[in-house]
Amino acid sequence: MRLSTILLIYIAVLIVGYFAGRQKALAFSHGMDEGRTMHSLPMYHGYYVMMWGAIPALVAMLAYFFLGDDLVLDRVIAGLPDDVRALPESRLNLLVNDIRVIAAGAETSGMSEPYILAAADSMNAGRDFLSLLLGLAVIVLSCAGCYIAWRNVNGKFRARNRVESAIQVLLIMAASIAVLTTIGIVFSVLFESIRFFQKVPLFDFLFGLNWSPQTAIRADQVGSSGSFGAVPLFLGTLMISGIAMIIALPIGLMVAIYLSEYTTGRVRAVVKPLLEVLAGIPTVVYGYFAALTVAPLLRDFGLSAGFQISSESALGAGLVMGIMILPFVSSISDDVINSVPQAMRDGSLGLGATRSETIRRVVLPAALPGIVGGFLLAASRAIGETMIVVMAAGLAAKMTINPLEAVTTVTVQIVTLLVGDQEFDSPKTLAAFGLGLTLFVVTLMLNIIALRVVRKYREQYE
Amino acid sequence: MVDDRSQNSVMRSSAETRKRVEASLRGRYRRESWFKTFGLMAVLVSVSFVVFFFVSIVSQGYTAFTQTYIQVDVYFDPDVITPDGSRAPEVLSKANYLRLVKDSLAAMFPEVSGRKNKRLLNRLVSTGATFELRDRVMAEPDVIGSKASWWFLADDEIDTWFKQYERGEDAESSGRLADAQLDWLQQLVSQGRLEQRFNTVFFTSGDSRDAEMAGIWAAAKGSFFMLLVCMSIAFPLGVAASIYLEEFAPRNRWVDLIEVNINNLAAVPSIVFGLLGLAVFINFLSLPRSAPLVGGLVLALMTLPTIIIASRGAITAVPPSIREAALGLGASPVQAVVHHVLPLAMPGMLTGAILGIARALGETAPLLMIGMVAFIVEAPQTPLDPSSALPVQIYLWADSPERAFAERTAAAIMVLLAFLLVMNASAVWLRSKYERRW
Repeated sequence: MRLSTILLIYIAVLIVGYFAGRQKALAFSHGMDEGRTMHSLPMYHGYYVMMWGAIPALVAMLAYFFLGDDLVLDRVIAGLPDDVRALPESRLNLLVNDIRVIAAGAETSGMSEPYILAAADSMNAGRDFLSLLLGLAVIVLSCAGCYIAWRNVNGKFRARNRVESAIQVLLIMAASIAVLTTIGIVFSVLFESIRFFQKVPLFDFLFGLNWSPQTAIRADQVGSSGSFGAVPLFLGTLMISGIAMIIALPIGLMVAIYLSEYTTGRVRAVVKPLLEVLAGIPTVVYGYFAALTVAPLLRDFGLSAGFQISSESALGAGLVMGIMILPFVSSISDDVINSVPQAMRDGSLGLGATRSETIRRVVLPAALPGIVGGFLLAASRAIGETMIVVMAAGLAAKMTINPLEAVTTVTVQIVTLLVGDQEFDSPKTLAAFGLGLTLFVVTLMLNIIALRVVRKYREQYE
Repeated sequence: MVDDRSQNSVMRSSAETRKRVEASLRGRYRRESWFKTFGLMAVLVSVSFVVFFFVSIVSQGYTAFTQTYIQVDVYFDPDVITPDGSRAPEVLSKANYLRLVKDSLAAMFPEVSGRKNKRLLNRLVSTGATFELRDRVMAEPDVIGSKASWWFLADDEIDTWFKQYERGEDAESSGRLADAQLDWLQQLVSQGRLEQRFNTVFFTSGDSRDAEMAGIWAAAKGSFFMLLVCMSIAFPLGVAASIYLEEFAPRNRWVDLIEVNINNLAAVPSIVFGLLGLAVFINFLSLPRSAPLVGGLVLALMTLPTIIIASRGAITAVPPSIREAALGLGASPVQAVVHHVLPLAMPGMLTGAILGIARALGETAPLLMIGMVAFIVEAPQTPLDPSSALPVQIYLWADSPERAFAERTAAAIMVLLAFLLVMNASAVWLRSKYERRW
């Protein structure tokens, strides 16, 4: 049975169930004595019937979605000849892929063994059987569910309460998805990272000075000694993020101060959206800009000034990253500065201070926790930034503090390790998860510290 | 002996204070004007960043919206197309149209001889020309035997040369065209056989190795499917979660944990979400790689915290009197929220959703992780077909050395920015039109 047919039948049963429940409730209410009313509106009775029809069938569909493929696969593999089943796992996976492709109806080169063709037929037969089973299950469960619920509908039934508690359960489940996402991130990255750290010791990873992620595909291959010391990557990340922060922080802070203290509403209304535009530009566009406009400019400038600026220099990537973070710093600082009460400024001005003295000595110290929090958040964004550095920074891990040279960062290495074709559990691919875990932990720490700083040192002005 | 002055130093005369203050004023005012100048310069520097950025992108990309075409007199030779005279579609589709193109070009330049020169001549026209001819013949078999003048798409090197030539720049120095080709091109120009037309290929075709035939349609469709999946998952989930957290959640440790989680998730780098998608969706659930479905799921997880935070803000903005009035009239808490609070908070929620989607449109890093870097030529028919996405297409094209790809990348960036501008403008419009000040 086709999945779309099953879905249509399911929806049709639910709609019929809704109207049946509603109709029955209406019939009851018409038969009641004058002046008495039912507890719930007829539509709630309809929803109640629909609910009971929907949920059991939904469970069946989820079971099919999650388990069906594996069941069919197990049966197909069990049907293969014994010597084929004894093959190593990678070869078996390739064979399974072939079977899948043939089962989907693609033409092959005609060199398939008969058992592969038989296996493809068996896979199709298994799939058809299972989808037929699902169709029957959905029809039976939804009709039975609707009928049983329909029988419960009468004049005294409090359908609204049932429906509303179901809605509350749905809401709780939706809210838990956020927690599940965090748990999912932590576990998936943690799980693969543990596998990585079983192959490469944690100490070597965190403190090793040599990053060259080569692994042998065959046992006798040259260049099979891989070293996974991540310190060059950390250094590169820090350097590029540092350059970005050096650019973004002073300019962003001064922009926020100038816009909130020295300009009128009209100028603000023009300049602020302009800066918001910078915040909305996708980072891949910044990467293109960095690689094709800023880097050549820097290189030419370096040539004319006499020193060698690499075309993938940390300076170029850091410059563009600074432009990207600028609106972030500026808008957070702006909010914080505006939240300092006017009374403090007025008091300072009243005592004879100039505007700049007021800002430097009264407003900024009052706003400092918020600004520091914003600075940390911007730093965490800079560290986690990927596309700008992938397109504008280099790939070779060098230990250097010279911003004119090409360096690589943690995020670039994650991308290059995973975009190539590698087996999923080679140390090379797993290293990406190790790096991802480090990145996640560092940004999480920065965010938590930022929130703590803001919360702890923020002054409460009534 | 106590100095007379030291006793008075505690209570200075007002005249002395005034003198001291006035002496320091000049320095203070000067520092004030320096500070103000710094602020102004910072604003000017930021604005000039924006202006410089847009000017550079637009100046690199606007040329990609036109495409060079060459007018060639084509003789639909029946001996080449249908040697046995039949007009059956299988015969027509397999005919040697490349021969037709070569013959037509040779007829225009009869003096060209030698294999090398003939190959250079054939390279003037795009490799897609054969398919254009084939489509024409299959649509109208009656043209067989006739002569017609046909505008073929020019090769991307010719396109680059012609655009530089028309702008009056020194086009010959790029060195990628042979001298013989430059001569022929000059002849074609003088005969008026080279023309620039609007580049519809860019908007209607998918990716290609030949720059003149590369377009963003497949990538745009992939992005559209992804955003559809993302919106249809993230918006209901986000609204439901925010309703629960604002209205029904008890104030205990678990709910605090959920709130902290959501705030942290909003700041996690996008590449970590890509790793999550890779490990869970592709590895564990075996969903198809490169499918907009997986991309949409990852983007939905990324956008969810943003939508939850924005929706919570919108719900908080609805005054409690609305809820209490509904409850007072006998509504249940769920009814009060769904029938009264939700419609009033909806404009704010939609604004937050549109802004979240606009951010998701530009995300590339998680898509690279789940495998959308493949070279996909056809547009996806369903969200389960392998596809690319617009930002990924920009990333892939940015690596190509041809000048024509560089201008197409900038043009694709312009299209992407236009979409984002429309989305942000509609969010702002929505907010200004429907948001109420209580």
